[in-house]
Amino acid sequence: MDFFRFLKDNIVCLDGGMGTLLQSRGLKPGEHPEKWNITHPDIITEIHKSYYDAGSNVVSTNTFGANILKFSEEELDSIIKAAVSNARSAARCSVSQKEKFVALDIGPSGKLLKPLGDLDFEDAVSVFAKTVKLGVKYGVDLIIIETMNDSYETKAALLAAKENSELPVIVSNAYGEDGKLMTGADPMAMVALLEGMGADAIGANCSLGPKQLRGVALSLIENASVPVVLKPNAGLPKVVEGKTVFDITPDEFSDEVADLVKSGVRVMGGCCGTTPEYIKLLNEKTEGFTPVPLTDKNLTVVSSYSHAVKFGDSPILIGERINPTGKKRFKAALLENDMDYILNEGVNQQEKGVHVLDVNVGLPEIDEAEVLKKAVCELQTVTDLPLQIDTADAVAMEGALRRYNGKAMINSVNGKSESMDKVFPLVKKYGGLVVALTLDESGIPSTSEGRLAIARKILDRAAEYGISKKDIIFDPLALTVSADNKAASETADAVRRIKNELGCHTSLGVSNVSFGLPNRDAINSVFFAMCLNSGLSAAIMNPYSSEMMKTYYAFRALNGLDENCADYIAKADSFAVGVILPAPGGERSSEEYGSELKKAVIKGFKERASEITRDMLCNTDPLEIVNDEIIPALNTVGKGFEEKKVYLPQLLMSAEAAKCAFEEVKAFMAGGQKASNRGSFVLATVYGDIHDIGKNIVKLLLENYGFNVIDLGKDVPPTAIADKVLETKAPMVGLSALMTTTVPAMEETIKLLREKAPFCKIIVGGAVLTRDYAEKIGADGYAKDAMDGVRFAESVVGK
Amino acid sequence: MSVILTESVILPDFSRKEILRYAGCLNTSESIDALLDKCIERSRSCFAGKVCFGVFDLKIIGNVCDLGGMKIESADLSKNLADCDKAVIFGATVGVGIDRLIMKYSRIAPSEAVMYQAIGAERIESLCDAFCRKIGEEYGGTLKPRFSPGYGDLPLAVQRDIFSLLDCKKIGLSLNESLLMSPTKSVTAFVGIHK
Repeated sequence: MDFFRFLKDNIVCLDGGMGTLLQSRGLKPGEHPEKWNITHPDIITEIHKSYYDAGSNVVSTNTFGANILKFSEEELDSIIKAAVSNARSAARCSVSQKEKFVALDIGPSGKLLKPLGDLDFEDAVSVFAKTVKLGVKYGVDLIIIETMNDSYETKAALLAAKENSELPVIVSNAYGEDGKLMTGADPMAMVALLEGMGADAIGANCSLGPKQLRGVALSLIENASVPVVLKPNAGLPKVVEGKTVFDITPDEFSDEVADLVKSGVRVMGGCCGTTPEYIKLLNEKTEGFTPVPLTDKNLTVVSSYSHAVKFGDSPILIGERINPTGKKRFKAALLENDMDYILNEGVNQQEKGVHVLDVNVGLPEIDEAEVLKKAVCELQTVTDLPLQIDTADAVAMEGALRRYNGKAMINSVNGKSESMDKVFPLVKKYGGLVVALTLDESGIPSTSEGRLAIARKILDRAAEYGISKKDIIFDPLALTVSADNKAASETADAVRRIKNELGCHTSLGVSNVSFGLPNRDAINSVFFAMCLNSGLSAAIMNPYSSEMMKTYYAFRALNGLDENCADYIAKADSFAVGVILPAPGGERSSEEYGSELKKAVIKGFKERASEITRDMLCNTDPLEIVNDEIIPALNTVGKGFEEKKVYLPQLLMSAEAAKCAFEEVKAFMAGGQKASNRGSFVLATVYGDIHDIGKNIVKLLLENYGFNVIDLGKDVPPTAIADKVLETKAPMVGLSALMTTTVPAMEETIKLLREKAPFCKIIVGGAVLTRDYAEKIGADGYAKDAMDGVRFAESVVGK
Repeated sequence: MSVILTESVILPDFSRKEILRYAGCLNTSESIDALLDKCIERSRSCFAGKVCFGVFDLKIIGNVCDLGGMKIESADLSKNLADCDKAVIFGATVGVGIDRLIMKYSRIAPSEAVMYQAIGAERIESLCDAFCRKIGEEYGGTLKPRFSPGYGDLPLAVQRDIFSLLDCKKIGLSLNESLLMSPTKSVTAFVGIHK
């Protein structure tokens, strides 16, 4: 029987522990168990056979760590070949009458993926792909990806399995005592990610015993529409007389697991510390159980690396601010490759309370695919909110979806055939909740009836691609009410009908309704309320608009979605108009600092610095503010730092406050007069080095002092640095290295720069460097700290 | 043959003094205190102390330490472990949570990133201290100071041996190509147990 069919109608029994059994037969710490497939085939086969005899339907090959990072191509091939052959002979020799399958076992790579570790996502996919291809070559029946403690690595492994085989794939994660993966995902987030990508069964294994995994198992059962897998350890390990033993008996173990099978677990087994005895008892205790039928939970969800966001209960706010349309400062940031500006927009919107961030970087002048991928990856280093990938470019969409750590929201598809044929295959492959606009080749119908007809067409086509309606969220389109006085009511009506007649969720870009009208916030927020009342599930909106936020919190309070009106009350203060923040702390009056702005910068008050600058810009020349206020204040702090009266955190707080002031100046001048530029400075952490905090500190200070910093990030190859210096003709380059092991990469970069760009001056810094060392590797300067970097730059371009 | 164990360790309270020392602040001020408070509150729940370790019989011949069959040549390690007949080899980490905070704030507010670096350093050190205290109690001996790859003449490359011996991935610890570890707030070390 094929495994798909067997899984559909039966309770499936996997095997139990392998590693612990091998240790008891002499496997030493540090020895590769996978090699035993070749050196001790008799032992491996015998263990597999004892599991089949105990009633296992599926035995996993002894290939947990069999990957190309640990073994050569040749070794890997022979290990997997032997492993599959051992499992096959065990199946043949077993006396059990049950259905028997052989699964290719895939464990974690042993590396942590970027940005937390140093393994690139695509490299991880390639590592797993090698193992998958060999499993397919030697004829396994299914693939089990297990013990994964990182959602991103899990995604890489599942993608590799899907791209290189047609086999059923079971995916099981190692959850900690907090009910989360090591890198943060909870069970609901994993269900969203894995179901979206087409895993055939989803579960939990290893790390804990069945008691501790109970909560995780129940959460998986509640949220998953595919079969749930549970494969716990035999409790927790302890040492008795120099041996590792696990603390629960086969009897307790099988009781606990059998009870969860009753609650809905469909694929059961054991992990570390379990033996054929555990599996035998588990089989006996579940004998005659009727499998709990699989039901479609019909959840509309998106997820990030930490949590899922569910549509349908309380309305979901999607922050619209990461979008260059109509924003000069944002366009300028994109053109200057200023990622920090985008990251700040992400963090600020999260602080305002949005649940999802829309990410749109579409500008004709940039390589959208490259920038979108980068923005998505970098946003995930500063926020744990799910992202909405917003692009009309299918290549950019695929690049971003592939790299995204979670199940993304996708903006958008529409009723045009061309659009559906482009977008739906991506939704199917990578998972996602796709926003479907109710327009097609003949435009946007003016009536709700017309929009509903397009929605039906979209659902039908999605079904042909195997995408169910829970993964489609309709945007019935807000048209401009000043052009058509029925526009708002038709849209609200479409929202209601899509919900009631199609049973689908809706999302709306609200603000278009007020186009061309004065005081747009008033119109937007009332329209938002109308649509919420019609059942709107989500809105793409501006969270900085206090009118919109008021509407949202008031609506929730009035609709019983806010227990004791607690959220409303907590936010009420922030709704008040024109609140002026009192100057926090500080006994000395501003006179002693020279001015209010100087005081704010010196004391490191970010909001104050922004506010005062904004006020000053009404009647003061921007350059005057920079030269007479911000820079002198920074100099005071910088001097204090050099004299060791001010410490690094204080220097940085001042620099951040200054940056806030500069942001106001930049926003004021965007599109017009160019902000002061004292010269370009290319900055990078060298190849192989993933530490960038020092580099980021230098960047902040250089920007404060008016230098145009081109930040290439971390782990940058020498050629990339040289190319950028040539392209920008930058007179200065700063290189950072933290580790002795990456100083050679720094030296190599300097050599290359001397050859290709002899015009530039190079300064180096970082924990392991000294002035002598800097000279030895041929740098022009050495910075012991960030202020040194500034002084160097000033000496190159002249004050 | 020794067994390798993994363990969760409860971390002691934050030491503000140590954190400020790691942050390079010799004196404190109102603004530094406020920053420290904020950073401690934000990071408080992100730490999970985990250790994997084994206790090995130790023989030292010349400059070579033989730890249950793993032979390491290092004059400084031999000196550090002299007079011991057992040694603990361990890997410890406080998890990726603090790395996420450092990563985030190094992009949006480096002053806080510096504080998180310091907090992370204080946490991993206090984890190692707590673990070693416990080992000291269990084995009833006094412990030598921790000795890590990269100290003295003990090459960083010994990390590879430690990782393969201890199976560090079980506590979420991984070794990068550069031989540094992820999560960054992690330690591997040898600790001699006095006879």
